[in-house]
Amino acid sequence: MAGVELTLGHYLAVSAALFTIGVFGIFVNRKNIIVILMSIELILLSVNINLVAFSVFNGTIMGQVFAMIVLTVAAAEAAVGLAILVVYFRNRGEIAVEDVNVLHG
Amino acid sequence: MALIAFYILSTIVVLSALFVVAARNPVHSVLWLILAFFTSAGLLVLIGAEFLAMLLVVVYVGAVAVLFLFVVMMLDIDFVALKQGFQNYLVVGALIALALLAEIGIVAAAATFGGGETFNASPGAPTNAEALSRVLYTDYLLLFQMSGIVLLVAMMGAIVLTLRSRPSVKRQNIAEQTGRKRKDAVELKDVRPGQGL
Repeated sequence: MAGVELTLGHYLAVSAALFTIGVFGIFVNRKNIIVILMSIELILLSVNINLVAFSVFNGTIMGQVFAMIVLTVAAAEAAVGLAILVVYFRNRGEIAVEDVNVLHG
Repeated sequence: MALIAFYILSTIVVLSALFVVAARNPVHSVLWLILAFFTSAGLLVLIGAEFLAMLLVVVYVGAVAVLFLFVVMMLDIDFVALKQGFQNYLVVGALIALALLAEIGIVAAAATFGGGETFNASPGAPTNAEALSRVLYTDYLLLFQMSGIVLLVAMMGAIVLTLRSRPSVKRQNIAEQTGRKRKDAVELKDVRPGQGL
């Protein structure tokens, strides 16, 4: 009875859509590093939804443990990324990432 | 019933994710991001993963989104200039996104998922949180500890990056104060009559 009840495919579709929107956001907002970081958070959210959906629909708990680890890494990544952003803003006075080519030499 | 709730929630998630990417003002982006996190927590509640849903609200909405909001409001940025190249990248970004979605669709069509027949959000325990905690503190103890270390290192990194010592700001130095001796502070002067020091 596909289509009448909730299946794994529904969750995978939402997850794929979120992942694609996240990648799209990275490409579209090339200048605004804050929105790029938010797009990365969206991608990690889609990964989490995927892990939890597989875990629940297959009846194993492992995926949910993995989702917790991904959540931890996402939080750490956001903290360090925003700290780098704040330092960059302090040094340059702007956050346009298109002209970050100081290391070109 | 669950299917209707799923369709409503997933529509909200996808739309708010689109607005995160497309919003003109980053503050609005963060608010749309919070909506996306909340509704995806609802999606997880729908299939019985309550603990992960609550964790999503606490960690993402309570910590990450507030951090983003704090940074966006703290930095003084010209938001209009940042949005300049949006139209230029729109076509390329849309093409890449469509290619990615097509690839995911091809893989999903080719694969067969064995899920669905053993639907169980909390195997071996009455509640979801109990099922998670039974394995988290036994089988996955090392992973749990290592994620704690990841958080500690991230915290130290953020502090080291953003801490700056400003010499113009006067601070109290307790060690210097308590280590002060009498001979450093008081001096006996022999003052002659009719003369100053």
